[in-house]
Amino acid sequence: MNTDKLTKGSAKDNGGNSRYASKYSVAGRVGGVFRWFISSHKKYGVEWWILIVGLLIILFISYMALFPQTLAPYSPTDQHAGPQLMPPGPGHLLGTDNLSRDILSRIIYGARTILGVAFVAAILSSLIGIPLGLFSGFIGGIIDRILSLIMDSVYSFPGLILAIAFAAMLGPGVVNITLAVSVVYIPTYFRLVRGQTLTIKEELYVEAARAIGAKRWVILGRYIFPNVIATVVVVFSLNIADAIMTEAALSYIGLGLPAGIPDWGMDLSMGKKFLPSGTWWMITFPGLMIMILALGFTMLGEGLSEILNPRLLER
Amino acid sequence: MEKNVERPILEVKNLYIHYPISIGTVRAVEDVSLEINKGEVLGLVGESGCGKSTLGLSFLKLIRPPGRVPSGEILFKGRDILKMSEHEIRKIRGNDIAMIFQNPLTSLNPLFRVRDQFYETIRQHRPEVTKDEAYSMVANVLEQLGIDKERMHEYPHQLSGGMRQRIMIGMGLIMDPDILIADEPTTSLDVIVEAGFIDLLNRLRRKFNLTILLITHNLGLVAEIADRIVVMYGGRVMEIGRAEDIFDEPLHPYTDGLIKCIPNIELDQEELLTMPGSPPDLVNPPKGCRFAPRCPKAMDICLEKVPQPMDYRGRKVACWLYT
Amino acid sequence: MKNLLKYIITRIVLTIPMIFILLTLVFVILRIMPGDPVSAMLGAHAPEEVIEQKKEELGLNKPIIAQYFDYLNQLIHFDLGESMIFKQKVSQPIKEKLPATIELTVFGMFFTLLFGVFLGAYAASKRRTGRDYTIRLYANIVYCIPVYWMGLMLQLIFGVWLKWLPIAGRVSARIMVSDFEKTGFYTLDTLLAGDFHAFGDVLLHLLLPSITLGIVLSGIFVRLTRANMLDVLRSEYILAARARGIPERRIVYKHALKNAFIPILTMMGLQFAILLAGAILTEMTFSWPGMGRLLMERIYLRDYPTIQGIIVVFALFVSLVSLFVDIIYALIDPRVKY
Repeated sequence: MNTDKLTKGSAKDNGGNSRYASKYSVAGRVGGVFRWFISSHKKYGVEWWILIVGLLIILFISYMALFPQTLAPYSPTDQHAGPQLMPPGPGHLLGTDNLSRDILSRIIYGARTILGVAFVAAILSSLIGIPLGLFSGFIGGIIDRILSLIMDSVYSFPGLILAIAFAAMLGPGVVNITLAVSVVYIPTYFRLVRGQTLTIKEELYVEAARAIGAKRWVILGRYIFPNVIATVVVVFSLNIADAIMTEAALSYIGLGLPAGIPDWGMDLSMGKKFLPSGTWWMITFPGLMIMILALGFTMLGEGLSEILNPRLLER
Repeated sequence: MEKNVERPILEVKNLYIHYPISIGTVRAVEDVSLEINKGEVLGLVGESGCGKSTLGLSFLKLIRPPGRVPSGEILFKGRDILKMSEHEIRKIRGNDIAMIFQNPLTSLNPLFRVRDQFYETIRQHRPEVTKDEAYSMVANVLEQLGIDKERMHEYPHQLSGGMRQRIMIGMGLIMDPDILIADEPTTSLDVIVEAGFIDLLNRLRRKFNLTILLITHNLGLVAEIADRIVVMYGGRVMEIGRAEDIFDEPLHPYTDGLIKCIPNIELDQEELLTMPGSPPDLVNPPKGCRFAPRCPKAMDICLEKVPQPMDYRGRKVACWLYT
Repeated sequence: MKNLLKYIITRIVLTIPMIFILLTLVFVILRIMPGDPVSAMLGAHAPEEVIEQKKEELGLNKPIIAQYFDYLNQLIHFDLGESMIFKQKVSQPIKEKLPATIELTVFGMFFTLLFGVFLGAYAASKRRTGRDYTIRLYANIVYCIPVYWMGLMLQLIFGVWLKWLPIAGRVSARIMVSDFEKTGFYTLDTLLAGDFHAFGDVLLHLLLPSITLGIVLSGIFVRLTRANMLDVLRSEYILAARARGIPERRIVYKHALKNAFIPILTMMGLQFAILLAGAILTEMTFSWPGMGRLLMERIYLRDYPTIQGIIVVFALFVSLVSLFVDIIYALIDPRVKY
């Protein structure tokens, strides 16, 4: 007699073994995730790995930013952490600087500053740029043309110089530097969203001819938004990468933060003074971190971009 | 007028051309053998994707990776082109065998003047030629083609379509090649220009004793000018024979179908005839004859075994009906 | 020729609104500061009357619209105003320092193109090989390298460790600049004066900073060139050229590159702005006496008129380069009708 039917719906099969155990055990779950990784790679190719690496970098450095105490051996402002200007070695993995501070700790604590500023600046830019772009694209007419002209002019102006001008005028301070950086990217979001809005608008008017007025908003929400979101997310990630570079540049040239706050850009400018004597460890590590963090967001952005809008033609 | 006492100027023996792609291998050309005799016009016909253009490119060893030629021989005046080095084949390209392409606008570099593109070819093959000599060579060729020689100083986009077409022929003929391969030369031209082209080709052929390989899907063109015809389908040869013979009495069902499809203004046709079905998948071709799935006269064996081109009444036919 | 002139004039006319907006933008930025520059300059403890008097002097008490029109009026007469800190016209230090920045930028662009275009063309011709992937990897990473960090690292390696190249300034201390200085472009000046020793020295000093700029910006050009080259290499005239027996190297570097170059030219114009920004950072790193360093100096000294003047000059430069590129584009591509 076939006993399978008796046990069909239950958690235990014929032999009394749990059907679900292997699927939901820890090993099973890990295996499942692993398989999902490999299948995604097959589906998306090398871009998938680029995205994963980028994500890992971001997660690691975010951890550094959020829980520096768990990683840093010393306080970043402790001026008695060890001997002065010591090259990397035991006790001080990355060496010490001219004020006898441990460089590794400064690097770890510095993540918070740069990531914080860049992230908040990107959010600010998008919060201003996106609605403006939507509005301008939707309303059209002379307002649109004026806004576009302004945004295009700002966009064509070298971003760093603009940020320098703002930072110079606003003065030092974390808030000010965040504002300065965020202004530079508003046109980016504006142009992006306006362009998308314009394209959709064309199609919408055809629809609107047949549909009732109320339906337009539904279409906007259900069809435009997902498309725009995908592009915005990619741009957001690349934006943060750029903002990181801008923030570091601003502190490097001395426009950014008060001396107390550990910052990679500022450490670079301090290290510059000791360069002629061959003190390489003061420069190498902060700069390397800036590059890695910027790379992380760039990889995330590019990977996402390829996955969300795959290039059909083989490159 | 056949010179079958002499060796054919170009012989293709069991040629295979494959393109590996992500989902498999495209068998663009499979086991193709044919001959081109000196002084004749050979028409290579077939629908898009049958492999005729690929075949033409292979005669100048222009198949680029990932495409490859796994086996076969292409003998030009007795020498195997496929075994030649890059250096040797470059001496033949444009010099002994010339090729002209479908779209004359995109065949000419838009940023260079016409005369410079000619000079480049001349310098490449005969570096001893002086600028003045080159100038007269170009002027000569243009004259033959009925183009005012002053136009050579212009850029391609400044000339009309028909003129560009003739310039393209000129580029092919400038080094006085033995063979001219024309790949879909009239497809982008209107019928009036096409008629002019046919006249021109006839004239040039007689004057320069040119051997022409005409690759086209246009049977009407082939009917006007070709001496012999090779019919291809799905990468394989279906029928080879003299033009009059084939048009009088097409042996292969595919050839028959092709000819019937040509709209004839004299007949009282109500509908345009078409052949049902679609071209074969070149990655996973059918087991037997490539045309069998669409053939109105298909037999069981056609679906099982590939027919080889066999001699029959002075032609070659690849069809189980004739063995 | 007449048509070309009309085309140029049209382009100039179209650029004017943009320049106008940029100038307005600069004005707005420099007026939004909290607090006022005069107190900052004189110190918070200065007596009221002195502050008011100074403000009157500088015209800062007029309504903002009036100030705006004064500003525009000045600019139309090519007057950038006077420094608030030093007794000089704003244009003076700018005139002195501008050639240094231009020289650096030009050489920087040269290296950018050198690395970018040739690596890109090479990658395209060796498509899908290991070399192609390596070059693409380079292109993607290089953009994330802070230009000043690259400068510092190069200084470390070539200046401090290997001691091959100088790491600061435009000339060595031993060279007397006044001997040859004429236009401010030292490469030109030394050649004009026939002083080849100084010429060599100037070039040596230019090498590291320009290469730094060149490498960091080459990434974009590598990608652009490669993409364009791939497109071009697929075109029929390339196939036709091959069919005529033209050797591959000539096809890639003469035929294909010339066709692929046009969008690269446009990109050059766009990248110039970024190059300028990078130049500022490079000047700070290499103690290069140019506009960038001048800007930072004056920011520190709170010399607002000069700061404004420098930024105005930058804005004008960016617009002019963009215009210039448009015109060159029309000249190079015979298909553009004018």
